[in-house]
Amino acid sequence: MSNTTGAAVRFEKVQKSYDGEVMVVKDLNLDIAPGEFLTMLGPSGSGKSTCLMMLAGFEPATNGEIYLNDKAINSVPPNKRGIGMVFQNYALFPHMSVAENLAFPLKVRGISSKDIDEKVKHTLDLVELGAFGNRRPAQLSGGQQQRVAVARALVFEPELILMDEPLGALDKQLREQMQYEIKHIHERLGVTVVYVTHDQTEALTMSDRVAVFEDGIIQQLSPPDELYESPQNSFVAQFIGENNKLSGKVTTLDGNVCDVLLDDGTHVKSEAVNVSAVGDRTTISLRPERVEVDPQSPMDNNLKGKISEILYLGDHLRIVMEVAGNKEFIAKIRNRGETRPFAKDQVVTVSWAASDCKALDPVS
Amino acid sequence: MPDPTTPILTADGTPLKAKLAQTTRQLKWKAFLLTLPLVLFVVITFVLPIGQMLYRSVHNPAGSNVVPQFAEFIQEWDGQGLPDDKYVESFVKDLAVARKNREIGKTVGNLATRVNYEMPGSRSLITSTARKAAKITEGPYLDALIKINKKWENPAIWLTLQRVSKDYTLAFYLAATDMKYDETGKIVQADDLYQIYIPILLKTLWLSAVITVLCFILAYPVSYLLSTLPLRTSNLLMILVLLPFWTSLLVRTTAWIAMLQTEGIINDALVFLGAIDDDGRIQMIYNQTGTIISMVHILLPFMILPLFSVMKTIPPSYMRAAKSMGASTFYSFRRVYFPQTIPGIAAGTLLVFILAIGYYITPALVGGNDGLLISNLIADHIKKTLNWSLGAALGTILLVVVMVFYWIYNKLVGVDNLKFG
Repeated sequence: MSNTTGAAVRFEKVQKSYDGEVMVVKDLNLDIAPGEFLTMLGPSGSGKSTCLMMLAGFEPATNGEIYLNDKAINSVPPNKRGIGMVFQNYALFPHMSVAENLAFPLKVRGISSKDIDEKVKHTLDLVELGAFGNRRPAQLSGGQQQRVAVARALVFEPELILMDEPLGALDKQLREQMQYEIKHIHERLGVTVVYVTHDQTEALTMSDRVAVFEDGIIQQLSPPDELYESPQNSFVAQFIGENNKLSGKVTTLDGNVCDVLLDDGTHVKSEAVNVSAVGDRTTISLRPERVEVDPQSPMDNNLKGKISEILYLGDHLRIVMEVAGNKEFIAKIRNRGETRPFAKDQVVTVSWAASDCKALDPVS
Repeated sequence: MPDPTTPILTADGTPLKAKLAQTTRQLKWKAFLLTLPLVLFVVITFVLPIGQMLYRSVHNPAGSNVVPQFAEFIQEWDGQGLPDDKYVESFVKDLAVARKNREIGKTVGNLATRVNYEMPGSRSLITSTARKAAKITEGPYLDALIKINKKWENPAIWLTLQRVSKDYTLAFYLAATDMKYDETGKIVQADDLYQIYIPILLKTLWLSAVITVLCFILAYPVSYLLSTLPLRTSNLLMILVLLPFWTSLLVRTTAWIAMLQTEGIINDALVFLGAIDDDGRIQMIYNQTGTIISMVHILLPFMILPLFSVMKTIPPSYMRAAKSMGASTFYSFRRVYFPQTIPGIAAGTLLVFILAIGYYITPALVGGNDGLLISNLIADHIKKTLNWSLGAALGTILLVVVMVFYWIYNKLVGVDNLKFG
């Protein structure tokens, strides 16, 4: 059955434990399509890196099977898997020049030295480091080292490339630039990329699909926009982007619309995502930029809020207020050039559409 | 662009360089004062003794101390045949005076010993002649000496006396390299029977090399294991590696005697297991084997520590990266891991080799005759035969050999490539 999926990578009921007591990866099922850029996103200890190491072959799966192009690879050693890998700290060989680093996987494959030179040069040009072949890795900047690491993973033309937090060691600006470069290389070469990160921005900007890991389980597997717009549970909602939490109890449930009685007695109309019955506890998730402060006409939900702090951030105002018992309710107001006569301790109306807030599983 | 020929000035008009020197001078002084105690310590306890040793190996004033006027006078002699009587006269007179001298280093005995180094068997010639020297009051002095002892007819003794009258001499270096002056004063190879120091030096180098290689072979896997184990386990094992440092060297060496001797634990065990007969007990100590085994054990930590500290800094991701690119485990090790451990190998082998070359106590205790090293001979000359000049010459040769090795090493590996920790 699994022979005909056409998936580049397939995890089937994969489980992993290091000590026989704690399950680090619990029942992972995941198909990755050829040419896809899939990101495994999650906090540290969520099992995402372990999945990558199992795929690369450095950690054996305790149970289950991993398929590469529909071939089971559990018993294939890492050097026979033909997977390109970019490591967290690049793992560029310090005693070899950049060109020798790139030539390494080609030499192993017994390619003639003429072809090696050609491929190395071509790949270095691809990452715009054509002139740096003779340098030692230590003589390069962090961003350049990063690009060499990517080039080395690409040079032997693997169909699958794994990246383990490759941008973690770079500063913010360089990280953003490298995100685009990696994205562009992926688009040009059409290779399958499995990318591990704990940085949600990286995940959202680069990926075709994002798998959010927590507690050894994929919490949600969706394209980036869907992940942000329609989180399936409270963990995802809080992990991706900013999020206002309102706790209450479901009073009516009608299809995907429900009414929630908040703990302070106010009613909120919400989209029902992860609630099953009337009377369930729920946590409503609401993005700060979807909140309107003192709107011109009333919306689905209109609550009172008392401003406790106003932060000016240039492109937007960030207003912290107390709404329905939540003292850290945040609203982001876009800076449109109008004067906004907000002041501390002022009581305002906060409104939002029912479709913008999601009733999810309760969190304490 | 400022004009490079005009000096840059600070705000108050002084040249920037002068101002900089002024502000840093105080810091430099402070740094110097902080290191001053150590500098003094090293100078007094190391530089001066070494300098004295170098000096003593070429400087031996026995002649000018004991027979001062003769020592100066005899240098005029052309060395042909027997010396003129005027030289002999001054020798006899000086000798008569020296006989009464009891000052250390200026007795007839000192001269006799010195002459005896170069002409074995001539010690009593000097001392017995000195006893009778005062009775010789008129010439011809040479004939009078010959009457006392026939040996004064031999021109070689006079040539030797002329040589030892010089304060500065190469004689001890010749002795240390198994050479000597022949009867006519030419430098020649010593007889085969007296070829001692060069063979021992070569044996010392050979044994040190063997010990270094064995240490490396034993230490490399251990260091690798230590560097890859989880911290708690590796710390525990590290203590086992360091444990010997907390035990006296003598205790460790004598422990090997208990282990290796013919009635020792290993032989007993082998006999008990039936591997060897009771009469076939293996001689493992008081020979080269004993020296090698115990020195490998004692020097092993000096190999493990630099290797470990270098391996510790090599992240496992290098090997993983190599494997992910298709290299087999062995190929990854050879091309990726091993080259990165070279600084540690260099440091460890250099350390062990140089320590082994100069090692003294262990070979003295377990080496027997066969397993002695050059340092044991040096100690012999310093403590037993009291030929300090020869000991110093041997010590200097050893120092030069070590420095030559260090130089070769620097050419091969590069000293800035060494990593001790």
